[in-house]
Amino acid sequence: MSTHSDRIIWRRQLHGSLVILKKNVLLYYLKPPVLIFGVLFPVFFFLAFKMGRHISTGAVVPGMVAMALWFTASAIGPLVTPWERNAKTYERLISSPISLCSILAGDVLSGFAFGCAISVIPVILGLLLTNAEIANVPLLIGVILAGALSFSSLGVLLSAPPAASPSNIMLLSNLVRLPLLFVSGIFVPISQMPAWAGWIAPLSPLSYASALIRTSYGSVPYFPVWLCFLMLFIFTAVLFAASCRFHRMYRAKGL
Amino acid sequence: MIDKASEIESVIRVNNLSRKFGNFTAVDNIDFQVDRGEIFGFLGPNGAGKTTTIRMLTGIIEPTSGSAIIQGHDIRKESILSREHIAVVPEQANVYLDLSVWRNLMLMAELYGVPRDRRINEGERLLDALGLMNKKDSKARELSKGLKQRLMLCAALVTDPEVLFLDEPTSGLDVQSARLIRKIVTELNDDGLTVFITTHNMIEAGDICSRVAIINKGRIAAIDTPGNLRSMVRKHHYVEAVFREQAPPLKKLEAIPDVTGVECDKEVFRLYTETPGSVATMLVILTLDLGLELEQLNTRKPSLEDVFLYYTGEGGK
Repeated sequence: MSTHSDRIIWRRQLHGSLVILKKNVLLYYLKPPVLIFGVLFPVFFFLAFKMGRHISTGAVVPGMVAMALWFTASAIGPLVTPWERNAKTYERLISSPISLCSILAGDVLSGFAFGCAISVIPVILGLLLTNAEIANVPLLIGVILAGALSFSSLGVLLSAPPAASPSNIMLLSNLVRLPLLFVSGIFVPISQMPAWAGWIAPLSPLSYASALIRTSYGSVPYFPVWLCFLMLFIFTAVLFAASCRFHRMYRAKGL
Repeated sequence: MIDKASEIESVIRVNNLSRKFGNFTAVDNIDFQVDRGEIFGFLGPNGAGKTTTIRMLTGIIEPTSGSAIIQGHDIRKESILSREHIAVVPEQANVYLDLSVWRNLMLMAELYGVPRDRRINEGERLLDALGLMNKKDSKARELSKGLKQRLMLCAALVTDPEVLFLDEPTSGLDVQSARLIRKIVTELNDDGLTVFITTHNMIEAGDICSRVAIINKGRIAAIDTPGNLRSMVRKHHYVEAVFREQAPPLKKLEAIPDVTGVECDKEVFRLYTETPGSVATMLVILTLDLGLELEQLNTRKPSLEDVFLYYTGEGGK
């Protein structure tokens, strides 16, 4: 049973995470690396996939939503810590009475909020400009929330290694994000992918989000819905726990 | 939480604290304590372990061994609680350059959970006191180095700390900013704030510190008040003399009993000795015997800089 002082400490830590979220919104949402890797990347991938192929625009909307969610939610994490280490502001944060995990939780919330907000854009554009129809709105909202949390945690984990420059971590994050994009059923449903890709797909959190988004647009679910949500929450928990561990390990490096 | 009455007056208590980086020992089993209301100077040459010590005490890096207690909280076991009592002004002003002066200040206050009304009132009072009110809405990147350092001090003080850590706070600053920061720190100390300061500026340390510790190669070489440290380095006491028209021959000065060395800088002679009073008397007698005349005669204690050089191995220890 938690004591009164424990509750106060928890409340202070939660408040600290929200202050970190506010700081990140003010400082990082409009930084060029976030806009390039978080917003422009999915647009270019969409164009590369769509142009010159006989696929109805409506059919690519679920993939576009999944891709936007993937890139935007995981774009903030790899930027914040390397940027702050570089600017020496990281020391201020870790000497404040906020635990490292609370700081990272604030970073996860920043990616989560950014991912959710930007993912709404392809959803709305799909409804306005294409024949795509949402079959299950609560499911779509649920997967955007769960997926954003999971992808944002991945972004925060990727920012753990100390780097001479923030661009090194952005490169690393793309080395992880891009291969996963191609085996997660974004462009082609997992059921239609080669067998080897079908084996790798369950290892990617994007596969479950992508499958759920397709289901919310009326496709037959590749994975059971409950399993997708369970896996997204497991990915979130594991990735966040790993973030706390690795950030703690590398905390003093390169300061 | 350690709640012994004997430790209440010791705001910081450090026991056998060490930090290694691979095979290199940056801080080697240091012990000291800082009492409530002190300005405690931490002096040492570059690479001596000053910043590593501050970083351990402020939770930025973890000690390899040993312990430190701040306001009754162990920095390892109760890290967050110990950090609630402190604020840090690092050597390099690490403000958020893309935020305004006011936003920087409020962000820090919010992070420390300072209530809204208090952070606004305190923020405005501090900006006024540190001459930043007219820069309130300017982006931090537009500030000069001195103004950024003032903002760092504001951001530290707005959290209402009980212990303020200052790492080379006036290094490389313009005279006005350095003087203002010293003035504010001294005034806050008069009001009860405990200050832990590292500096290379020996005059600053001698002027404002209640006690100083000299750290060299990761170990504490000496701790005491600046006055006591100056007295302890007896071989650096000297008699300073200026002669009218003609000075005695150097050999005669060196032959005075207890004189360990003589330096001459233009017309000023320095006779180093552990017994400056008797050497001054002998010098007067010698001058009269030679039919010469003294224009000035003073006995001097070593400066804090002499003490520093003595303990860091560059002053003939």
